Amino acid sequence: MASSAGSGQPTRAPALDPHSIREDFPALHQDVHGRPLVYLDNAATTQKPVAVLDAVQDFYRRDNANVHRGIHELSRRATEAYEGARGKVAAWVGATDPGEIVWTRGTTDGINLVASAWGMDHVREGDEILLSVLEHHSNLVPWQLLARRKGARIRYIEIDDHGEWILDDLPDLLSDRTRMVSLSHVSNSLGTINPVEEVVRQVRHRTDAVVLLDGAQGAPLLPVDVQALGADFYAFSGHKMCGPTGIGALWGRRERLEAMEPYQGGGEMISLVERDASTWADIPHKFEAGTPNMAGAVGMGAAVEYLSKVGRDGILAWEQELVRYALDRLADVPGITIYGPQSVERRSGVVPFTLDAAHPHDISTIVDMHGVAIRAGHHCAQLVMRRYGTAATARASFYIYNTRDDVDRLVESLGEVLEIFG
Amino acid sequence: MQEPQLNSLYQQLILEHYRNPRNKGEMDDPQVEVHMRNPSCGDEIKLQLRVERGRIADVRFTGQGCSISQAAVSMMTQVLKDKPLDEVAPVVERFTEMMHGDQEAARDRSMGDLRALAGVSRFPVRVKCALLGFDALQEALKTLGDSSTEN
Repeated sequence: MASSAGSGQPTRAPALDPHSIREDFPALHQDVHGRPLVYLDNAATTQKPVAVLDAVQDFYRRDNANVHRGIHELSRRATEAYEGARGKVAAWVGATDPGEIVWTRGTTDGINLVASAWGMDHVREGDEILLSVLEHHSNLVPWQLLARRKGARIRYIEIDDHGEWILDDLPDLLSDRTRMVSLSHVSNSLGTINPVEEVVRQVRHRTDAVVLLDGAQGAPLLPVDVQALGADFYAFSGHKMCGPTGIGALWGRRERLEAMEPYQGGGEMISLVERDASTWADIPHKFEAGTPNMAGAVGMGAAVEYLSKVGRDGILAWEQELVRYALDRLADVPGITIYGPQSVERRSGVVPFTLDAAHPHDISTIVDMHGVAIRAGHHCAQLVMRRYGTAATARASFYIYNTRDDVDRLVESLGEVLEIFG
Repeated sequence: MQEPQLNSLYQQLILEHYRNPRNKGEMDDPQVEVHMRNPSCGDEIKLQLRVERGRIADVRFTGQGCSISQAAVSMMTQVLKDKPLDEVAPVVERFTEMMHGDQEAARDRSMGDLRALAGVSRFPVRVKCALLGFDALQEALKTLGDSSTEN
C-alpha cells in the first residue's frame, strides 16, 4: 500500500517559480501559532492572489450592477465583465463556445444540476449509473438521490491497493442499461490522476451513456481539453484554483444542454413568461436563474488569467516535484503509511498518510501548532477510507506557491507528533 | 491571548488512557446501547450501560478515533462505574462546563481523570472530540428515562 519514495523519473525543469508566486498571496504571509504559515490544504481550497482579490473588489467598487437587465452604463460594464469571465473560463478547459459554460456555485452544484435537470428526464427504473469508489461525496450523493427516486442502480469501478481504477471489470460494468457515467478526473483523497480518456473511449464504444467528469481536482492543475476528453459534462470549482468561493462552472456539450430542461426557475433564465407556462432563454442562461454570483465569476475569470500567466504547463510538474520530494523525506518517518499511486507521474500534489503512533486528528493538531495546515479526516471520501480499512487519513496537498521548505516544515513538525505519541 | 500549549492538551494521563483504555469491550447483557458517530471526522463510539438498583452497575465502550475522543470516553466510563443514576447528569454538565473553559469544573475532584482534559478547551476544534462519549451517554440516559416512564 505504501508508495516507494522518489521512484519517478526526473521531470523537466518547472517553468513556474514558487518563491515569486508566493509574493502574490497575502494570506501566505502570516504567522500561525507563532510560526510562519505553511499552507498544505490546497485540495480543500487554495489561497487567493492579489489579482483575484482586486478583480472582485474592483467589480464592487466600480462596475456593480445587475447583468443582462439594464440599459445603463454600469449594467453594460457588469455584463461585459461577467461574460468576459465566461470566455476566459471556457478557454481554461478548452471549450471553444462560451455558451457551453454554465456558472454554478461550484463542482457540487454542477453535478447536482446534471443529476437533476438531465437525470430526472432520462433515468428510469432499472437503469444503471456508473461511478467509482474514488469519488468525492459530491459525485456520489446526487446520483444516490436520483437513483432512489427513479429506482435506478448504482455500480462502481473498484480501486486497487494504490488507489487506481481496476479497469479489467469495465466491460462487465457497462451495459445497455448504463445511462450515466460520472467519474472524477483526479481523486481528492488519494491524488490519483485517472485515465478518464481511456474510460470515456470504452464507454462510447459500448454504450450511449452520458459522461460527466468531476474536474474539481483536475481543472486546477491539468491542461484540460474538454473536446479531447470526449465527455458530455465537465464540472469544476473556482476556489480550488485561486478563485473565490461560491463560484464554479459546468461545461456541457451544446446539444446536451439545449435538450435539457432548466435546473431552477426564476429571473434571467426565461424568454417569455405567461400565466400558465414560460419559454426558456438560450443556453447557458437557461441554467442561471436569479441574479448570479457576478463578482465571483469575475474573480474566477481573474484566477484563470493569473494561472495562465504563472504558466499552466508548469503546475502539474511542480506539484509532482514536491510530491517526489515529500515521498522521499516522509519515507524516513517511522511508522508512516503513504497512500496513492506508486508512480509520481500518476499523482497530483496530494500526499495522504497515516502514522502508526497517532490518529490523523492528533497529527493535524500538533502540526498546526507548528504553523503547518494539513487536512485530517475522511476527506468526503468514505468509500475510499473503507477500502483501506481506515476511518481517516492525514493529507498534505500542494499548489503553485508551495516549496520544498514547506515539506521540510511538515516533516519537522511530524517529529513532535512522534515525540508526544512515540 | 497566550498561545495554547500542546503539553496542556496531550497530558500523560490522556495518552495513558488512549493506549490502555478502561472498560473497553462489550458486555453480554446491556440494558441500553448507543452508537454515536461524529460525521465530520468519522470518530465513533458504542457505549453500553447496565443499571442495577439505581446505580450504573456496568459500562463498556468500543470505538475508534483520535486520542482525545477515545481517552475521554475511557475516563468517562471510569467515573460512571457504580455511580448512582441521579449523579450522572451533573457529571455531564460539569464536563461540558469544563470544555467551555470553566476552571472550577476542572478542579472538581468528582470528575476523576476527566480533569486532565481541561486543556482541550483551549483547542476549540477538538472539543467535539472530547464530547463524543458524553453525547452517547446523554442519548443512553434519555433511552433509560424513556423506558422507565413506560414501566
